[in-house]
Amino acid sequence: MSLVMPELDRGVLGRRAEIVAALRRIVPGEGVIDSATEMKPYESDGLTAYRALPMVVVLPETVEQVSQVLRYCYDQKIKVVPRGAGTSLSGGSLPLEDAVLLGMAKFNRVLEIDYANRVAVVQPGVTNLGVTKAVEHEGFYYAPDPSSQIACSIGGNVAENSGGVHCLKYGLTMNNVLGVEMVLITGEVLRIGGKHLDADGYDLLSVIIGSEGLLGVVTEVTVRILKKPETARAVLLGFPTSEAAGDCVAKIIGAGIIPGGMEMMDKPAIAAAEAFVQAGYPLDVEALLIVELDGPEAECNHLLERVSDIAKSCGATTLRVSNSEEERIKFWAGRKAAFPAVGRISPDYYCMDGTIPRGKLPLVLARMRELSEHYKLRVANVFHAGDGNLHPLILYDANETDELERAEKFGADILKLCVEVGGVLTGEHGVGVEKRDLMPTMFNETDLAQQQRLKCAFDAEGLLNPGKVFPKLHRCAELGRMHIHAGKVPFPDLPRF
Amino acid sequence: MSDTFKPRDENEIVEAVAWAASGGKKLELIGQGSKRALGRAAQYDTTLDVSGLSGVVLYEPEELVFSAKAGTPIAEVEKVLAANRQEFAFEPMDLGPILGGKPGEGTLGGMLAVNFSGPRRIKAGASRDHTLGVKCVSGRGEIFKAGGRVVKNVTGYDLPKLMAGSFGTLAVMTEITLKVLPAAEDVESVLALGLSDARAVEAMALAMGSACDVSGAAHFPQAIAAKLPVKAVAGGNSSVMAFRLEGIAPSIAYRRGKLEAMLKSFGSLAVLKADESRTFWRAVRDAVPFSGKTANALWRLSVTPTSGAKIGGAIASATGAQMFFDWAGGLIWVEMPGENPHEQAVRSAINGEGHALLVRATPSVRASANVFGVLDEGLGKVIRGVKEGFDPKGVLNPGRMYAGL
Ligand SMILES: Cc1cc2nc3c(=O)[nH]c(=O)nc-3n(C[C@H](O)[C@H](O)[C@H](O)COP(=O)(O)OP(=O)(O)OC[C@H]3O[C@@H](n4cnc5c(N)ncnc54)[C@H](O)[C@@H]3O)c2cc1C
Repeated sequence: MSLVMPELDRGVLGRRAEIVAALRRIVPGEGVIDSATEMKPYESDGLTAYRALPMVVVLPETVEQVSQVLRYCYDQKIKVVPRGAGTSLSGGSLPLEDAVLLGMAKFNRVLEIDYANRVAVVQPGVTNLGVTKAVEHEGFYYAPDPSSQIACSIGGNVAENSGGVHCLKYGLTMNNVLGVEMVLITGEVLRIGGKHLDADGYDLLSVIIGSEGLLGVVTEVTVRILKKPETARAVLLGFPTSEAAGDCVAKIIGAGIIPGGMEMMDKPAIAAAEAFVQAGYPLDVEALLIVELDGPEAECNHLLERVSDIAKSCGATTLRVSNSEEERIKFWAGRKAAFPAVGRISPDYYCMDGTIPRGKLPLVLARMRELSEHYKLRVANVFHAGDGNLHPLILYDANETDELERAEKFGADILKLCVEVGGVLTGEHGVGVEKRDLMPTMFNETDLAQQQRLKCAFDAEGLLNPGKVFPKLHRCAELGRMHIHAGKVPFPDLPRF
Repeated sequence: MSDTFKPRDENEIVEAVAWAASGGKKLELIGQGSKRALGRAAQYDTTLDVSGLSGVVLYEPEELVFSAKAGTPIAEVEKVLAANRQEFAFEPMDLGPILGGKPGEGTLGGMLAVNFSGPRRIKAGASRDHTLGVKCVSGRGEIFKAGGRVVKNVTGYDLPKLMAGSFGTLAVMTEITLKVLPAAEDVESVLALGLSDARAVEAMALAMGSACDVSGAAHFPQAIAAKLPVKAVAGGNSSVMAFRLEGIAPSIAYRRGKLEAMLKSFGSLAVLKADESRTFWRAVRDAVPFSGKTANALWRLSVTPTSGAKIGGAIASATGAQMFFDWAGGLIWVEMPGENPHEQAVRSAINGEGHALLVRATPSVRASANVFGVLDEGLGKVIRGVKEGFDPKGVLNPGRMYAGL
C-alpha cells in the first residue's frame, strides 16, 4: 500500500531547533529527545512495515506539562502524535516527521484503588496487566485482556477501545472505563465521568474511547475492577469442518450460554501453535474451539455438560475438559501464543482484524482460501468466535520483492470481504494508517464528514494525530457549511395533526 | 398548539429538517411522546413525530443482534425478544408511571435518547453499552450511518453510543441496531430488613465486591418500601435492602448461600422467589414508589456508590425529601415533598461528584430550573461544539437539555 501522509510543514521543520528549546523549557532534562539515534526506538509501532522518525520526542511527567506542551503546539500550529507503549497494530502511533511525538510512558502510577466502589484510578502509561497486578492480591482484576497486555498501556487501550478473549462476557475497554481526564490540544484539561455511572452532558466517553489519539491526550483513567470468578474451566473441542465448529458456537449462544471466552483456530493456526507450545491440540481437525466457562463451580460444571452435549451433537471429534488449573492454562497457551507461533513458521506475518456476523464464517473462510491461492500466500486464522472478530494472519517474507505488497492487497481484500458480508474493517486494532484508505468501503462521504465534525469540536485545527483514521481530513470551516435546498412548502404530503 | 408532522420514511424526515433549518424553525422530536414531560420546557414551532417509522429490520437471535426502526414501540420489541428468551440486558426504564402517563409506552428511539437503564446497569451496562449502530438524519438534514451490526467494531468514532442520552438534540435516529442477550433462566432475591441507609450502602459494597455476581442491589427506607408492589415487602414495617441473583438454578442456590452468610450480621434475611423477584425489580427499574404524587419534583442522581447514603442524608435533612437507592447506592431517586425541586440543596449535596437530573417537575419549574445541571466551562465548550457539528442551526429539540443548546 502506498501511504500518502499529510504534507510536511516545512515552516515547522525549519524552526526545529527553536521548538526543541521551547519544549525543553516545559519538560526539562531527559524528557525531550531530539537525536536521531535516541529517537529510533519510536520510529514505528506494532505495524512495523511503516516507519518514520518524529521531529522530536517529548516524555512529560505531569498533567501541567502535557497541557503546556499541547498549548505550545496549538499556538505554533505543530502537529502532535500521542503514544502509549507503541504496540498498535494499525499504525495509530506511527510518528510524523514534522510532529511532536508525545510519549505517555512516564505516567505510570496507579493513583487510587477503591475496592468499595470497585474502581481503580490509573495514569495512562500503566500497562493493562499492571492494573490487574495492582488489585489481584484482593482477588480483583481488570477484565479487558488484549494479548499484548504485558506491554500495552491503558491510555492506548482507551484510544483503541481494545478487547481480549474475555470480552464476549465482560465487554471491551468501552464497557469498563468510567471516567477520564483528558487534555485538549488547546491545553485545557477536561474531566469526564468518574466513579459514578451517568455523567453530565453528552456521553463523550463513548467517542473518546476508540478515538485513536485524535481528540485529546488522556492523562488519567478510572476503570472498573471486578472480583475474580471462583472457578474457570475450559473445554477443547475439535471439529472436522469449520462449518461444524461455527454451528457449535451458534448453538451454544442459542442455548442462552455466554461463555467467559470462546476462541476458534483453523488448521494452520492449530499446527503452528502446537509446534510452538505443545498445548496438546489435536492435529487431525479442521477447526478447534476453546470454550471457557467461569463462575461458581456448580455453574461451570453444569454449563460444561451442556456445552459438551451441544458439541457432540455438532459432530465434535475431540472433546477434552480441563481438570486442573494447569491444564486450563495449557489449553490457552497455544491460543495466546498464536501470533508468535505463526511468526516461527514464516519470516513475517501480517495480522488482520475484521469482524463479521458469525454465521458468515464458513463463507468467509472459503473465500479466504481462494484469495490465498490467488495471492500465493498462506494464511492462518484465529478467531474470537463468540463475537465474530477474525484475525487472519497472512504469512509472507518481506525480503521477497513483492510479497509485502501482495500481503497488503490480500489483507485489504479480506477486510472488504468482511464489510461485504455485513461486518466491519476493524474489531479492536483500530483504523490508524493501515485501514484509513479503506474507510470509504464502509462509510460514504456524508458518514465520514459527520465523524470529522465531531473531531472539529475537540481539535478544530486538526493538529492531533493527522493522517490517521480519515482518508482525507477536511478543514472544519469547510465541513461546517450547509447546503440546503428546501423551504418552499413545508412538506405538503405529510400527514399532519 | 404546534403543528405535528408525521413522516413515513427517512426522506420525509430529511425534508422536514431541511425545511426547519432553512426557515429558522425549531422541531420537537417525539416517538410516542411518553417522555415528553422530561427535560427543560422549551418552545417549538413544530412537532416531528417519528412513530411512523416502525418495524423490526433484522433479528438474528443466534448472532445476538437486533435492528428496528427508531419509532418501533418498545413493548413490541420486548415481545419479539421474549419469544426467543432474549432481552435487552440493560432493562430500559418505563417512565410512564412516574411521569403520570400509561405504563408500557415508548419507542426504541426514545429509549436510547434518554438512556435510563435499570438495576442491571451495575453488571450489564447501560443502553449505550449495547448500541451497535444507528442510521440518523442530522440537524443538517443529511442521512448518515455509524457503527455496524457487530459487537466488536472500532471503525470510526462510536457515534451510535454518543446518541445515547442526547435527548434528540443531535440527530433524528431512524434505525437502531442493538446487542441482545439471553434472558436469565432463573432469578431470586435475597433481602435484608431493617438496615439504615448507611449500613445498607456498606452491605451493598460488600456484596458487589464479592464473587456472588449480583445483578441488582437496591435499598428502600421503610416508608418507601411500603409502597412496593410485593406483598412480602410492603406488609412489613422495616427498610428493605435487596440483592438480585440471576442465572441457572444450581448457581443461584450456591450464591444465595454465600450471600446469606455474608449478610448474617446485617439484619434479618428473607428470600423472594422468581415471580416476586421479577415484580420487585420491575418496580425498582420504574421507580414505582414515586408514581403516586406526580406533581412532586423527582430527581435522579448518579453518584459514587459509597457516597450515596451521605448525599441522600444531606438532601433529606435540607428538604424533607424521600428517596430510595439503586445501583448499590450509586443511583438515588429523590422525591421532594412538593413542587419545589430544591435544586440548590440537591446540587450542593452532590458537590460535583456525580450527576443530577430533574426528571419530573411542573412545566413552570422546567422552564426555569437547570434540569440537567450547569456544565462546567471546558466541558460546555466541547458539548456546544458537538451540537454545532450535528445541528448547527439548532433545529432539533433546542433547549431540551441546556439553554442555548
Ligand atoms: C502481539 C500483539 C498482540 C495484540 N493483541 C491485541 C488484542 O488481543 N486485542 C487488542 O485489542 N489489541 C491487541 N493488540 C494491539 C495493541 O496492543 C492495542 O491496540 C493497545 O491498546 C495499544 O496500546 P499502546 O499503549 O501500545 O498504544 P500505542 O500503540 O502507543 O498507541 C495506540 C493509539 O493510541 C493513542 N494513544 C496512546 N496513548 C494515548 C493517550 N494517553 N491519550 C490519547 N491517545 C493515546 C496513539 O496516538 C495511537 O493512536 C496487540 C498488539 C500486539 C503487538
